[in-house]
Amino acid sequence: MNQVAITRTQWLPICQRSDLVADSGVCALVGDTFSDSAERRSVALFFIPGQETQLYAVDNWDPIAQAGVIARGIVAEVDGELTVSSPLYKHHFRLSDGVCIEDESIRLDVYPAAFDGESVCIAVDKS
Amino acid sequence: MTEPRVRQKLVVIGNGMVGHHFLEQLAAQAEREAFDVTVFAAEPRPAYDRVHLSEYFAGRSADDLALGTLEQYREWGFDLLLNDTAVEIDRENRTVISASGVARQYDRLILATGSYPFVPPIPGGEHEKCFVYRTIEDLDAIRAAASDARVGTVVGGGLLGLEAANALKQLGLQAHVVEFAPGLMSMQLDAGGAQLLQDKIQDLGVTVHTCTATEMIEEVDGRLRMRFKGDRELLTDLIVFSAGIRPEDNLARAAGLEIGERGGIVIDDSCRTSDANIFAIGECALYDNRIFGLVAPGYAMARNTVAQLCGDSASFTGADMSTKLKLLGVQVGSIGDAHGRTEGAAAITFVDEQNGVYKRMITDAHGKKLLGAVLVGDTEDYDQLLQYHLNAIDLPEHPEQLILPAANGAAPTLGAGALPATATICSCHNVSKGQVVDAVGGGCCSLAEVKDSTRASTGCGGCAALLKNVVDEELSALGVEVNNHLCAHFPFTRQELFHILQVEEIKTFAELLAKHGSGRGCEICKPTVASILASLWNEHIHKKPHVGLQDTNDTFMANMQKNGSYSVVPRVPGGEITPDRLIVLGQVAKKYNLYTKITGGQRIDLFGARLEQLPEIWRELIDAGFETGHAYGKSLRTVKSCVGSTWCRFGVQDSVAMALEIENRYKGLRSPHKIKMAVSGCTRECAEAQSKDVGVIATEKGWNLFVCGNGGMRPRHADLFATDIDSETLIKYIDRLLMFYVRTADKLQRTSVWLENLEGGLDYLREVIIDDKLGICAELEAQMANVVGTYQCEWKTAINDPDMLKRFRQFVNSDEADEKIVFVEERSQPRPARQEEIVRIAEPA
Repeated sequence: MNQVAITRTQWLPICQRSDLVADSGVCALVGDTFSDSAERRSVALFFIPGQETQLYAVDNWDPIAQAGVIARGIVAEVDGELTVSSPLYKHHFRLSDGVCIEDESIRLDVYPAAFDGESVCIAVDKS
Repeated sequence: MTEPRVRQKLVVIGNGMVGHHFLEQLAAQAEREAFDVTVFAAEPRPAYDRVHLSEYFAGRSADDLALGTLEQYREWGFDLLLNDTAVEIDRENRTVISASGVARQYDRLILATGSYPFVPPIPGGEHEKCFVYRTIEDLDAIRAAASDARVGTVVGGGLLGLEAANALKQLGLQAHVVEFAPGLMSMQLDAGGAQLLQDKIQDLGVTVHTCTATEMIEEVDGRLRMRFKGDRELLTDLIVFSAGIRPEDNLARAAGLEIGERGGIVIDDSCRTSDANIFAIGECALYDNRIFGLVAPGYAMARNTVAQLCGDSASFTGADMSTKLKLLGVQVGSIGDAHGRTEGAAAITFVDEQNGVYKRMITDAHGKKLLGAVLVGDTEDYDQLLQYHLNAIDLPEHPEQLILPAANGAAPTLGAGALPATATICSCHNVSKGQVVDAVGGGCCSLAEVKDSTRASTGCGGCAALLKNVVDEELSALGVEVNNHLCAHFPFTRQELFHILQVEEIKTFAELLAKHGSGRGCEICKPTVASILASLWNEHIHKKPHVGLQDTNDTFMANMQKNGSYSVVPRVPGGEITPDRLIVLGQVAKKYNLYTKITGGQRIDLFGARLEQLPEIWRELIDAGFETGHAYGKSLRTVKSCVGSTWCRFGVQDSVAMALEIENRYKGLRSPHKIKMAVSGCTRECAEAQSKDVGVIATEKGWNLFVCGNGGMRPRHADLFATDIDSETLIKYIDRLLMFYVRTADKLQRTSVWLENLEGGLDYLREVIIDDKLGICAELEAQMANVVGTYQCEWKTAINDPDMLKRFRQFVNSDEADEKIVFVEERSQPRPARQEEIVRIAEPA
């Protein structure tokens, strides 16, 4: 396979490991504080220690409830896959790809996330 | 004429339980449109429940006893003429004429005139302090007379007489029962059963005089002296005659209908009288030379008659007079030939003097069929014995095992499978096993659905256990797995998990999952386990291992609203609040621009707080003396109260003080679902306690406790659980009840549904909570004491813990607010902006 990704991926440090809450979510603001608000997004970070993938970053905006509440949902396993259950109408969104289990036409943006030492970084595509 | 066919004129005389049931059944038929219905009722109100009349003195109002309402009759299109006694039946012109002069023609006439109390012809028996016991008006008169009385006497020791004695006891009178026969309830009980019943009733403070004939009643110094045969006498302040009933057949007699030798309107298999256009049903009717003085046979006649009118074939061939009831708190059951009068009948008797239990079964000469039975003190075997009797099922090889106490739990039980399809499961609504089986086959997958569909077990509830057996068996026969596992991660019910956590003293979700679960948990099991852990060990819900388990409302100790902001409800115990605190709420709301609204639970809800504002808001509230209100938790919400005897001229107890005591005791208790309570200072019930999980109503002598009521989506009237108890007993019962609920309920199951699903229902609940049948009351109380003793205001703890406070940041990497939360003003207060309003705000023109 000779495919090359042309997008430029930028890893941004967004918070510290100590800001995370094990087995639960927190919300972080991504983008320059001084930049245009359209460039900024709220991202929900889920930290599940002891799993193969222990860090997930998905959009905090719940498109069904029309509110920024995803980070405050409960982490729930559905048919072997980790999801977050949105607190308002309890829809499940898969943490790995953001797809809504109840309605697969709806999905949250997801971002690669990783620890850099004590720093939490997520990758944002810059076109 | 636009009518497709001529409507039949139907006139009903009498609006008692049977008359009402007839109309209710008729209204449910498609053919009801074919009838113009007129009902003549002698009493001033629509039909009510005479069977539970004594509850009128235990806090139930006339409305509570009502079976039908005027609205309902209007809706049915039936013309109900209250307070208008029918006085003549003109058969020639097929017309009924009433006392007020109304005349109505009929094509078909239904006589449901019921019966009247028999008053023995005793000199002095017409004294103004002598009463009968049949209508609400009778009860009102008895109550009025009881207000300055000390002793009350019932003449008649039958079923109704004992009910009347119970009523006198409820009124606080020293009650006596005078019975002519050698034993109580001589119709239903044999000598052994009657003796035990008498002993038990005497223990409860009711004096029983059997073999006693009253010869004269005379007034002596404002009291009544009853002179008995054999020179004995009794001083009493009032007398209630309850010496049996007589069919109310005067109207029929005057109209020339055939009447039995000792009264009663003669009817045939189709409930028709000697005039084919006239039917008679209920206690006024004489079938096969018998009067049926119970409600169930009357209902059967009503259904039969409706079927006849609608052109269906049906016949009434007599009715089973078996009965199970609780008299003055004593369980009594009587089936079939209780006296063993059938030729060749043989009896098996079990007597346990220690525990006051008497059971006797009557079999045929070969010991193969059950002819009858008498049960006193313990009627647990009633349902099963009744099925053997009604369906003529062959008795097991050792029939005595049916009434002996279970040794090693090995009592043979009659499986639901052994019953024929025709077996009656619910006698209140006449639902057969076949109908239940059909309902399950037709797609009902749960007990609740079967109840909804067939109405089985929605009457007295006595058949609940049997119904459940039939449903379970049918479901498994159909291959439907009856699975009440909590979720995919735990193959247990909530109750089983509770036991596991308690017995193994497990303190974290992770440990439970590792030992007894699989996978990683979900939004069902996590909050459920968190709630059980809180009920058991009462650690702060924000303690590290519990953080990820909570629903968002518990996590942030506030109620999330549709735009992601929160509402805040501080506790206002009993709804009592000082002006200073009221001002603080106003100031806080003003400062943070919160929308304020009074809640149904007598508190004040502050809406529109942003996540990061919650700790500041709470710091101010706590500084002013407020505590968290747990509006976000599955826990005690509020205890509503009226002002009670302190201010109200009608109040008989200090309801506010009691509400405060209760609210402060149970605040913070985590439970399967939210719990609401109320305390009313008198029977006017301004706090609406009968719609709460726990409702307390003041009486002259203490408190009446109501349980398992509900408002909201599925309203349920609370059940009267205990009467006239003192404050200490009240708290004790609530302690036990709540803990038993916390232990045994399903997840998100309110007390109302919990009780409806509890096998044995209210009686069983009383046995557990009041009689300590399971021997767990001490444990329940200790558990509650632990929860009460370890209470903390979760918000107070949180605002003093920097670690917990970190959780309330909107963004972990910024102090900014969520710009998506936008409010606009409406009626001088903020409200969440709608989508189109947000767009407008973001893009100013």
